[in-house]
Amino acid sequence: MAATPPPNPAQNAARDPDVADRLAELRGPIPARHHDARTIAALTANPGCARRSVLDAAGVDKRALAERIGFGPRFGQSPFAISRGNAFEKLVKSDGGVTLLRLLCDELGLEVQEAAQNPDAKPALGDQWVDLGAGEREDRYRRTRDLVAASAREPGTGPVLADHPMLRLEVGGRAAYVEPDLVAFRARPRVPGTEVHAYGVTESAAEPAAPWRWYLAEIKSFAMIDGRADPVKVAEAATQSAVYVLAFQALLSGLGLPPGLVATDVVLVCPKDFSNAPTAALVDVRRQLAAVRRQLDRLPRIGTLLDGLDSGLSFDLSTDEDGEPLQGAAQLGKAVAAIEARYAPECISRCDMAFYCRDEARATGSTEVLGRSIRDALGGVAAMRDVLALSGREDCGSDAERGVRVEVDVDTDIDIDGAVNRDLDFAEAARLLSVARRARLEALAEAELRHREREAAA
Amino acid sequence: MNTLAALARVEAFAAEQAVALATVRHVHLAPHPLVLVPILLAGEAAAPLAALVGTDRADPQLLVVRQPRDRDQRFAFLADLARIVVGYIEGRRGETELVEATRNHEEWERHLDAPQLIVPNCGGIDALRLLGRSARFRSSQGPYPVDPLVPILGRYLTWFAEDRAPTAGSSVCLALTDVLGSHWATGQSALEDQHLAALLAWIVPQHFAPPDGRHLTGAQAAALTEDPARWPSAGPATDPEFDTEILSPLVTALQRAAGDPAAERRAEDGLRAALRDRLAPTWNLMWQGIDLLAGLPEAGHDSHRWMVDRGRFTDFARAIDEGAAPQPRREGAVAAAKRLADLESAQESYDKQRALDDPLILAGYRVTGEAFAGSVVAVDAERQDTTGRTPKPRPHVWLRTADPVVLRKGTKVACAQRPNQRPVIVDVKRDGEEYIVELELVDGMGRRAIPEEGSVPGAGEYRCYSTVLAAERFPPPPLPELAATPWTHGGPPAAYTPTGADHDEEWH
Amino acid sequence: MSASVSQRSAAERSAAARTVIERVTADLLSGLHRGVIVDSPPGAGKSTLVVELAKRLADTGEPVMIVAQTNEQVDDLVDRLAIAHGQADDPAAGEDRKGLTIGRLSASGYVPTERVVRHLGGPDSLDDCVTVAGKVADLGRPAVTVATAAKWARTGDADWPEGGWRWAILDEAYQMRSDGLLAIAPRFAAGTALFVGDPGQLDPFATIDGDRWAGSAWDPTDSAVAVVRAHNPDLPVHRLPYSWRLPASAAPLVCKAFYPFTPFEAGSGPQDRAMKVSDTGSASAGPASIAGYIDQVIDLASETGWALFELPARHTVRTDTEALEACARLAARLVRREAVVFDPAYAEGRMVSADRIAIGAAHRDQAAGIRAALDRHGADLSGVTVDTANRLQGREYDVCIVLHPLSGRRDATAFHLETGRLCVLLSRHRHACIVVARAGIPDLLDAHPHTDPVHIGVPVKFPDGWEAHQAVLAHLAEHRIPAPAIR
Repeated sequence: MAATPPPNPAQNAARDPDVADRLAELRGPIPARHHDARTIAALTANPGCARRSVLDAAGVDKRALAERIGFGPRFGQSPFAISRGNAFEKLVKSDGGVTLLRLLCDELGLEVQEAAQNPDAKPALGDQWVDLGAGEREDRYRRTRDLVAASAREPGTGPVLADHPMLRLEVGGRAAYVEPDLVAFRARPRVPGTEVHAYGVTESAAEPAAPWRWYLAEIKSFAMIDGRADPVKVAEAATQSAVYVLAFQALLSGLGLPPGLVATDVVLVCPKDFSNAPTAALVDVRRQLAAVRRQLDRLPRIGTLLDGLDSGLSFDLSTDEDGEPLQGAAQLGKAVAAIEARYAPECISRCDMAFYCRDEARATGSTEVLGRSIRDALGGVAAMRDVLALSGREDCGSDAERGVRVEVDVDTDIDIDGAVNRDLDFAEAARLLSVARRARLEALAEAELRHREREAAA
Repeated sequence: MNTLAALARVEAFAAEQAVALATVRHVHLAPHPLVLVPILLAGEAAAPLAALVGTDRADPQLLVVRQPRDRDQRFAFLADLARIVVGYIEGRRGETELVEATRNHEEWERHLDAPQLIVPNCGGIDALRLLGRSARFRSSQGPYPVDPLVPILGRYLTWFAEDRAPTAGSSVCLALTDVLGSHWATGQSALEDQHLAALLAWIVPQHFAPPDGRHLTGAQAAALTEDPARWPSAGPATDPEFDTEILSPLVTALQRAAGDPAAERRAEDGLRAALRDRLAPTWNLMWQGIDLLAGLPEAGHDSHRWMVDRGRFTDFARAIDEGAAPQPRREGAVAAAKRLADLESAQESYDKQRALDDPLILAGYRVTGEAFAGSVVAVDAERQDTTGRTPKPRPHVWLRTADPVVLRKGTKVACAQRPNQRPVIVDVKRDGEEYIVELELVDGMGRRAIPEEGSVPGAGEYRCYSTVLAAERFPPPPLPELAATPWTHGGPPAAYTPTGADHDEEWH
Repeated sequence: MSASVSQRSAAERSAAARTVIERVTADLLSGLHRGVIVDSPPGAGKSTLVVELAKRLADTGEPVMIVAQTNEQVDDLVDRLAIAHGQADDPAAGEDRKGLTIGRLSASGYVPTERVVRHLGGPDSLDDCVTVAGKVADLGRPAVTVATAAKWARTGDADWPEGGWRWAILDEAYQMRSDGLLAIAPRFAAGTALFVGDPGQLDPFATIDGDRWAGSAWDPTDSAVAVVRAHNPDLPVHRLPYSWRLPASAAPLVCKAFYPFTPFEAGSGPQDRAMKVSDTGSASAGPASIAGYIDQVIDLASETGWALFELPARHTVRTDTEALEACARLAARLVRREAVVFDPAYAEGRMVSADRIAIGAAHRDQAAGIRAALDRHGADLSGVTVDTANRLQGREYDVCIVLHPLSGRRDATAFHLETGRLCVLLSRHRHACIVVARAGIPDLLDAHPHTDPVHIGVPVKFPDGWEAHQAVLAHLAEHRIPAPAIR
């Protein structure tokens, strides 16, 4: 299936002058925080959260903001993990790509174009490895683009592997630079059709040969043991890689080349088992690609979120000449509270604002504190005190008690057009929760009885 | 998460104190469990850094690797651990009991005891799995010889982590947070419950009270445990701050001291002290958790399940004695299918046993529509099926319940009072806000034309009927022998022969 | 597949479908392959294929085993086989050319259903080509033996024909777990197997977490077909090209949303099917405004084949009373308004009786709630099928009413997003499908976090549920009738 061309994410809207002005106003007179692959990937983690969407769109430094209001995030990386990661990447790239090329060919069954022309002697890799790492980002981006353009013009020449390429993606109207670890130029599956994992691709197996493509590689230092790796870490790597693929598609489109020239299977390079020797796997990132693309498309629609906000709202983190913040913690806190969050416990490991949001959810007694599945099991009731009241406990200070008292016979007399109101919402939940409470109380009574019998017997 | 357990969390939140999710203890607790708190070095696959281990709460043994990236030191650590763990296991192999022959099995001896390994959380079990994997293929010969106990340890750790721990109802290898979390509901999320200190804080906040004796609620105590300096993570990963501020300088100091024995010893003592400090709070929490569990009454099926564990232990220990090959890197088709059948059947019996042993567990099924409870309002004990040659007793029982009954006609149910009797629902009628369920008794009444005394519930009796209790277990279908693995599953796999690659695995 | 339906005549479509059967037969008889896979989209004539192939394979004179997943399916197959081939092809040829003999292997306690009894040769029987027994040896070597997967797995090898079965047909193979196949496969390991099924429906499931096997080629929790293909990537795969069930209004959507890589079309043209409803008895079932909305929804569905009855946005408990009630009322009105459907096969029209209507939901308690609501609307509705997606698999109705799995949910779970669940619900109907849902599902999908774990080596299943839901909602948006805002 031909890859659909990438949309021009976020270009129109955040360029909508009103929205852009409004976002700049929210951020205050300090530069917007740059997006990178990690922060773009993070957009897919909790897209329903308005607080996060607005702060990200405005380019507010969420970490600094959270620290200012007294809820600094606690996630960091161990120095051991960082040095291990760096050492592994260095080791993988240390031999000018010989190891990597062997992985592509031997472990992933890819055929690299140059290697194909010279099947017996492995090409002299020194010439086929290029490092794009030096210089300014824009400069690196330009050289990456030129390399891709040249490689498309004259296939079979130029480097096989490009180190430190630089790509660019429009995010909310601003250019974000993203750096994949590596690009492998023009490879293809040796056995046609084998790179496509999806069911029902037998048609492509009938094609004479798979087309040449560019492959992006991501080097991670978590281990792949007996062909398995931590699925959460692989998922994070896949979403990040999807950002690179999307940026590469944009680059190709900019050059007038079909975006399908970059593979949606990315090469994940990890340490093998307990060693430092690298191994590799192809990871199909089409799902993650769709998710990232969709979130970038949604960014422009931020305008509707902004419409509901007070005009004086500001997340300005700037300081005066004496280094004193222009806005105090209380003022910032108020601004944060003005935008609704959608807290879930998973946020703790993913969002800088999470401790603030958790505190807020606890203070208001929101069932969000307990997690999504528990909230669903509670019939979607938002407030803990409503849950308790609906379960039949009295004196919880909840409006819901009223709802329970209203005798809506939900089974026998529903008028879809009239009788439905908040009381009915509560009546349905009440039925569920009161069964739960009654079952619990009866069970505890029976357990007590059994316990006494046991003691009497003993 | 059923609504009953979810509501319990809300109640815990409101009370600022954990509430019970179980009224009896659904895991076995050995008199002398081996508690193990493993710590791995961040960023590495399975580089042990330290472990606190032992059966005596007052005297844990601290094992430390000075340089976790050093292969020899890793295996020296594993050899030390092996002496403790394998020694403990061998100590469970004293007395045996005779198990009489059955149709499928000849007479055999079963150990009267079995090992019980308790780690803080599921991350701990994963650490055992990785350590097991890194150790079981090693060899005492060849280019990288290790202590002969290391591969034995590897096989046992693999058995603990990959065989017993995932098997429902097995108590040979437990993650304490999982066990506590299935017996108590806290007012926080399941994610936060994975922090052993935070979980215990909700259950026994008094243990977390500050020196001034101030009373703490569970919620307040749990908030205190978020300070990693006081309540460090229970592993297997260390906190990044600890790595940066404490561990990293100590490791550097050790490297600098190389060549100077006195300085080396000082540096090593510093490292050991730091790690002991780091692990000690978790060690104490482990025993607090175990004490809490010991305070619950034992579940009715406890000894039966432990007997199964003892049997599996007997088999495995014998296989090790006989020099069994290490467990393969990945299970073959036949082994995987067999394990799936085992795990599913263990899960089903555990679910059923817990519902029988604990009214609170059974109550959870009332909320999901898999059970209903109420009083028997009428009984036709005389009713018979006269269509056959001899009339059979088929009493009908009417039960009134306020639970919303969604079970279909024809469904078989059972109750804890007579688990072997499986009546069929023949009718469900609404009566105002309540339901009247009509049941037909078809079995469990003896062999005569008239039901046995007490086999038919009487009017006024309270019963909770559930499909879970009536679940019938069919033995899994026979699978082909390994050598007869069909082409659909790749044909017979090549026989396992240990290769050099297995024990010479590259290390940096 | 560029030729549009309108360009191909009914005869051509029929011929194209026949061609697939011929090719499958040729592949099976060629002796070149150990197995052949046939993917069948909903209602594409899978049973016809199985019955036809069973006969052709039996004609080789070597034993054929057929594996189905449930007793219901086994009995259906036995009946269809007996009716199609139980009699001699050419009665004039006399005794030496008898019809197909069929063995129905059953577990103890099995009571033959009416459709099996009528082939057992008793009084009032149609024929006597079927034998029922608990053991292979007691069947008397029939040409074709049919049983459930569970039963086949327990047939002792002492009973097997010499060298096992030469031919095996595995029906609903995508719903069979691979460990189940492993237990059965030795019976035909030396022969050739035909795997038939619909890849778009619900995957088999395990009651325990199967992550430990993720990425291995013989993951026992995976479907039988997935495992067979992983080990035998060269097996020929055929696809039935036309859905004879889905109307022209439905096939393109179902194809786009659930089978994007394996296109199929409706076997019938846009003009071939029609549904008409009378105006009788309107406004009797409640306040006029409600009846009006319900009737509008039915009118739209009968005109276009689709309707989305959209209730006001609200987060509800799973058993959302209003939504359950709406489902029940739609079914009640369809019956009261005497809906009639038309097709070349019943050109004079056929009344949509209660038993030609199904209401599908995601959860059992929802189905029970709808059933209860239906009971209140009259005893004549007892014939309406109300069930979960799992149980509706493989069944067919004239009209299907669907309670959208995401209706009223605050967060979408993997269960609710599962592609196969939605696919089953939206592909049971011959004429019209009515979806009942709370407003706000697009927002719910937008807000869905994409943090699913990724296992190395596990093929990504496409389309993913999230995208399938988007495609379906985009389509339904054009057939939307919003219920009045209530607050």
